Amino acid sequence: MSEASDLEQRFEDKIAADERIEPKDWMPDAYRKNLIRQMSQHAHSEVIGMQPEGNWLTRAPTLERKSVLLAKIQDEAGHGLYLYSATETLGVTREELVAALHEGRAKYASIFNYPSLTWADIGAIGWLVDGAAIVNQISLQRTSYGPYARAMVRICKEESFHQRQGYQIMVRLAEGSEAQKQMAQDALNRWWWPSLMMFGPHDGESAHSAQSMLWKIKRMSNDDGRQKFVDQTVPQADIIDLTVPDPDLKWNEARGHYDFGEINWDEFMQVISGNGPCNRQRLGQHKKAHEEGAWVREAMAAYAKRKAETAHD
Amino acid sequence: MTEVTPLFEVFVRSRRGLDHIHVGSLHAHDAEQALEYARESYIRRGEGVSIWVVESRHIHASQESDVESFYDPMDDKPYRHATHYELPEGVDNM
Repeated sequence: MSEASDLEQRFEDKIAADERIEPKDWMPDAYRKNLIRQMSQHAHSEVIGMQPEGNWLTRAPTLERKSVLLAKIQDEAGHGLYLYSATETLGVTREELVAALHEGRAKYASIFNYPSLTWADIGAIGWLVDGAAIVNQISLQRTSYGPYARAMVRICKEESFHQRQGYQIMVRLAEGSEAQKQMAQDALNRWWWPSLMMFGPHDGESAHSAQSMLWKIKRMSNDDGRQKFVDQTVPQADIIDLTVPDPDLKWNEARGHYDFGEINWDEFMQVISGNGPCNRQRLGQHKKAHEEGAWVREAMAAYAKRKAETAHD
Repeated sequence: MTEVTPLFEVFVRSRRGLDHIHVGSLHAHDAEQALEYARESYIRRGEGVSIWVVESRHIHASQESDVESFYDPMDDKPYRHATHYELPEGVDNM
């Protein structure tokens, strides 16, 4: 057996035995590339995801709500850090990852290209967007790449707070005045479908799914995750008397799951190819922050250099 | 003056998929030697599948006096915990 196929065999054996692949292990180039694509997209999503929420920081209705939102956004930045660092163990630099985002070669979750129009959107984002992300991330705790799996364990520990604070905003609005309840319903109407889109195309049409499942990078199919999310979220809407905006939604006794309507895939394709309501704004804001923060990075480097020189004197 | 053999800190991964955990330290002249000693000293009974060694002088540690600031955000920011948010009856899994 040649050395290359021997290495490949050992890699395949580890995957088959449900063992984790670690940074110094040999891995196929395509596995590495696939991971860099998925993990950096995940990291970018955490960071870009701060924008729709940041939009309401100065207008949070109470100081308590403001503190909570600030804490959540801080967590998202931390999640971005965990994921970028884990991605860097694959031999790519942070600078390359950020450049790929800025040049449009790397994506982020399409949901963040929708605007946060009212305070209720902050509730809907925590409840639905974080809720959908949790379904996905729980399965990724068992992903085959060790650093990615460990980052997911840390992230999942913090996500529950995110979802609950969002749901609590919805609960309060739903039990408030007619106008407040209407605001909550409107947010649910606008965020429901984009949340279902977060799971990606149907399994048969997903570009990377099949290989990612074989390599156990993905541990749950797009459609299974979506079903799980619908099943757990619909009762939560019922309890606070909000209506999920899907006329085809109904409990299917035989399947033991909710049946639900078809996603507007044209809209999905439009948003992921850059034509969503906020794509340009999100990326523009990220570039601007990166450029305007350049002096801070330079100052930090200059300070460290100076300190090292003085220490030698 | 006698030359001091550098000190290394040893970290062991007990199983694939887990974090490396600090298990102790040892003296060695270089990293390669440190790895060999670590293998002999710390995983004689299959305690691990991977070893990291780092020269101790490269470890920068926080100070005990900093500890208060580690706990501070926990004490006055209870809203960072999921349990701070009461769920309505009927919603038990979030």
